[in-house]
Amino acid sequence: MSKITHHIPEEMLRAYAAGTLPQPFAVVIAAHVSLCDACRASVETEAALGGALLSELAPAGLDEGARDRLFAALDTAVPPPPPLRGSGIFPAPVMEALKGQPPRWKMLGGGIRQQILSADGEGSLRLLYIPRGRAVPEHSHGGLELTLVLQGSFSDCEGRFAAGDVEVASDDLDHQPIAGDEGPCICLAATDAPLRFRAMIPRLLQPLFRI
Amino acid sequence: PAERTEQTQWLLAVRDARDREAFGRLFDFFAPRLKAMLLRSGLRDGSAEDVVQDVMLSVWNKAAQFDPHRAEASAWIYRIARNRQIDLYRRRPLPEPELVQEPESAEPDAAQILAMAQEAAQLRAALRNLSPEQTEALRHAYMDELPHSEISRITGLPLGTIKSRIRLGLDRLRRDLSDLRSR
Ligand SMILES: [Zn+2]
Ligand SMILES: [Zn+2]
Repeated sequence: MSKITHHIPEEMLRAYAAGTLPQPFAVVIAAHVSLCDACRASVETEAALGGALLSELAPAGLDEGARDRLFAALDTAVPPPPPLRGSGIFPAPVMEALKGQPPRWKMLGGGIRQQILSADGEGSLRLLYIPRGRAVPEHSHGGLELTLVLQGSFSDCEGRFAAGDVEVASDDLDHQPIAGDEGPCICLAATDAPLRFRAMIPRLLQPLFRI
Repeated sequence: PAERTEQTQWLLAVRDARDREAFGRLFDFFAPRLKAMLLRSGLRDGSAEDVVQDVMLSVWNKAAQFDPHRAEASAWIYRIARNRQIDLYRRRPLPEPELVQEPESAEPDAAQILAMAQEAAQLRAALRNLSPEQTEALRHAYMDELPHSEISRITGLPLGTIKSRIRLGLDRLRRDLSDLRSR
């Protein structure tokens, strides 16, 4: 994927690598990094620096039996199963969130479908399917929303987002993403707070959306 | 191979030949430093010992995933240790990016490995030029308790289209390091 133009902000990549982001955002970032050479390079560079610092640390004394204990464990070690691979348009972190199964879409009306992958105190993570040319109801955010395009594209007031691109929408953005003409748009969206829809009917539907 | 650190060569011997002597050398080099890192992050002595065991066992078990095109041994082991440390605090494991799939039959790309090793060597040289206080500031960021993110401050600034995979990150790091130096 060579034409990615909307990336994860540096501070957010660092927070991801430090493990401080809520799970839904961490999944979106791991999925983007799976597709994006540039952001992967940033993450790998952080590790290179961490590794260099680790190598220069003054060693601490180990327990006397530590080395023998480890070597004894090698004989009985059961290697973990290999990590899941990506499948089709879904990179490995999305397949993990899908537990290795293809998505089970729920119809939302207007041809829009979704599957909620998680929804709890840390926020929500879902897959969205938007038919070509169709709009997601206009909404604003109670918090931050990260949307990674997996197939097709969408456009809103912030620009056009194609496969691999991430939109970072903060709480002051009101937007109405519209899927591109080339076909259905599938994206992975994470929020740390419920969305607020503008029009009356979508607001009534919000409990059904659970987003 | 001269450009590879000896730690990377030991790890490749573990990966390709399940070489226990090489694994012992990796242990002797990294285990005491991993313990130092874990103690810095606030673990008690006994827990730090346990995590060192876990991490070194993962090094043995996951060696097949080590790709010398993408990392040196120190970076790869740091990442395993850091993620293990993070998982002690998180409710769910930190999701990780998909591994880069190298073509099945391809020979190792010597030029890419060399470029990566040279840039890592430059990185180490840049680190050695920092004052002790500056190095300590970096250690604090990379070794100690996990920083709290300020998500509300974060805005989406696209980095633009980037061609080089590895150079980009190192350029940024060099910039950060020179900022530190001039502070
Ligand atoms: Zn990116
Ligand atoms: Zn939105």
